[in-house]
Amino acid sequence: MHSVVCIKQVPDSAQIRVHPVTNTIMRQGVPTVINPYDLFAIEEALRLRDRLGGTVTVLTMGPPSAEESLRKALTFGADRAVLLTDRFFAGSDTLATSYALAQALRKIGESWGPPDLVFTGKQTIDGDTAQVGPGIARRLGLNQLTYVAGIDALDLGAGIITVRRRSEGGVQELTTRLPALITMLEGTNEIRRGRVADALRAARAEVTIWNAAQAGITELTLCGLRGSPTVVKRVFAPTARAETAAFIELRDQTPADIAEALLAEITTRLPGIEDELLRHAAGY
Amino acid sequence: MSETAKPAPTGRAGMKKQLPDRFKPYRHVWVYVEVEHGAIHPVSLELLGEGRKLADKLGCELAGAIIGGDRAALQDAAVAAWAHGADLVYVTADPILEHYRNEPYTRALTALVETYQPEILLLGATVLGRDLAGSVATTLLTGLTADCTELAIDEERSLAATRPTFGGSLLCTIHTLNVRPQMATIRPRVMALPRPQPGRVGRLVEHPLDLREEDIVTKVLRFLPDRDSGKAQLAYADVVVAGGVGLRSAENLQLVRALAEVLGGEWGGSRPLVQKGWMTADRQIGQTGKTIRPRLYIAAGISGAIQHRVGVEGADLIVAINNDAKAPIFDFAHVGVVADAMEILPALTAAFRRRLSVNRLAG
Repeated sequence: MHSVVCIKQVPDSAQIRVHPVTNTIMRQGVPTVINPYDLFAIEEALRLRDRLGGTVTVLTMGPPSAEESLRKALTFGADRAVLLTDRFFAGSDTLATSYALAQALRKIGESWGPPDLVFTGKQTIDGDTAQVGPGIARRLGLNQLTYVAGIDALDLGAGIITVRRRSEGGVQELTTRLPALITMLEGTNEIRRGRVADALRAARAEVTIWNAAQAGITELTLCGLRGSPTVVKRVFAPTARAETAAFIELRDQTPADIAEALLAEITTRLPGIEDELLRHAAGY
Repeated sequence: MSETAKPAPTGRAGMKKQLPDRFKPYRHVWVYVEVEHGAIHPVSLELLGEGRKLADKLGCELAGAIIGGDRAALQDAAVAAWAHGADLVYVTADPILEHYRNEPYTRALTALVETYQPEILLLGATVLGRDLAGSVATTLLTGLTADCTELAIDEERSLAATRPTFGGSLLCTIHTLNVRPQMATIRPRVMALPRPQPGRVGRLVEHPLDLREEDIVTKVLRFLPDRDSGKAQLAYADVVVAGGVGLRSAENLQLVRALAEVLGGEWGGSRPLVQKGWMTADRQIGQTGKTIRPRLYIAAGISGAIQHRVGVEGADLIVAINNDAKAPIFDFAHVGVVADAMEILPALTAAFRRRLSVNRLAG
């Protein structure tokens, strides 16, 4: 059983600051973490390996410093780590990213055996697109299972997997054939504390580093800015509303007085809301 | 629609440039009309309203793309699409499409796009829409912009899709150059629901699905509907009360729930509450959670980062309670109270309870 988990190193969102004058992201000194959604994918892959045997490979594309996140994944117990890094990948949108990762997955397959399952998180916290997983699945012809809440059955011999996935208004129970791509829903498991042995191994482990050529990527026009159909034309801060909030007067008032004043303000500004609330309370 | 090429609409709606020849076959604005379990998703109607504006700006037609297994439900969806602004609908009906599955839906929508070539394709950023859009865009090798909060047409006839970026601290405007169609997903409730025009009808084009059930390896075994329907109703609730880290503990979320209950509304919270494990992600309000559009929104102890702001801006009245007078939420709230949410919430709950019970007796 070979699982590959695609992860992304992202800036810790809680610490991002925007330059007040230039509206640019102040990245310097912002710590990076493994995209939190990816941790659910890593844990799920590790659990399957612990149960069924085999190996877990973690793969990321990013700057050389992304090696740090791969080492972190090794401390959780991943067996192998691959970093895809090249200046040709700079400026990749989701289409170009899915191309590069799909090529690297092919190369991983040639090097260590084709993956039975490819995992990703449901989305990243910096891009929030949820598009790269489906993009990889499409490019490699993997059966796509997004927003997976749990794997109910996995028959490696028959090559069949059964999962529960979140869908509109409910949960879908699906069965499909391997190889498949799973994007793992958050909250479905809890990432383990790595064992000491894994931490020691991770510190010494060799991370495989591939540039575009080493990953078997020959079509550089499909990578980075050139391979990205979308371009960001403008980045800007939201404008404040012209009219500022009307503040409820607080001077020496009790919470009950403030609440009454607020209620009056709400019913003045939303004429009819009281009737609506009453109708709702009466059940029609 | 005449098939002869129209002259480029120069001078019209501020369009300056002649389109490159390779773009000319791509015409009209499309909305993917999401039909699942026999019902049309409201986001599709919202997008038809927005798509109508884009089509009018471009001087082209608005079409709905409808895919599914239940012919009667698709017919109802076609009628709804016409009433909400579509000039025509493309329909692919096949029993294979009864339940949503990625592969047949991707094949069906891709076939429609390749055959009829829209200039713009919009989808709701629902679970289904996101699953489908990524696959279709990759198959077509075109650009896809996720979770847009604003759409416009620029002077070069290009779709300007604006969305929050970098965890929601800034907004960015994204264009798809050199490839058509231009694709975007838009979250439910970001766009206003257009007023329907009952009886407005348009054309219907049927397109077959070139697939057999034996060709599809993924099978749906069961569908288990959610028991807690409130989660599903959050996006469409008329009154929403939400809490943030200013509440200081998970237990204090009870104060938010109590006010929501008295108001007959729904409750939720900001993203940090999910990260802290105080509530589940389906109650999260904001860019990565639900977008809401209630009549009344009360935010308690929420600082109001842009990622939260874009999720609530459609509310008619935003009331913010926060003890930090400099919190960004006061930049977009209509009514502000600079005070401790934990003191104001119970008082407000009591005030509303009293008022509503008095008036119920009077009524």
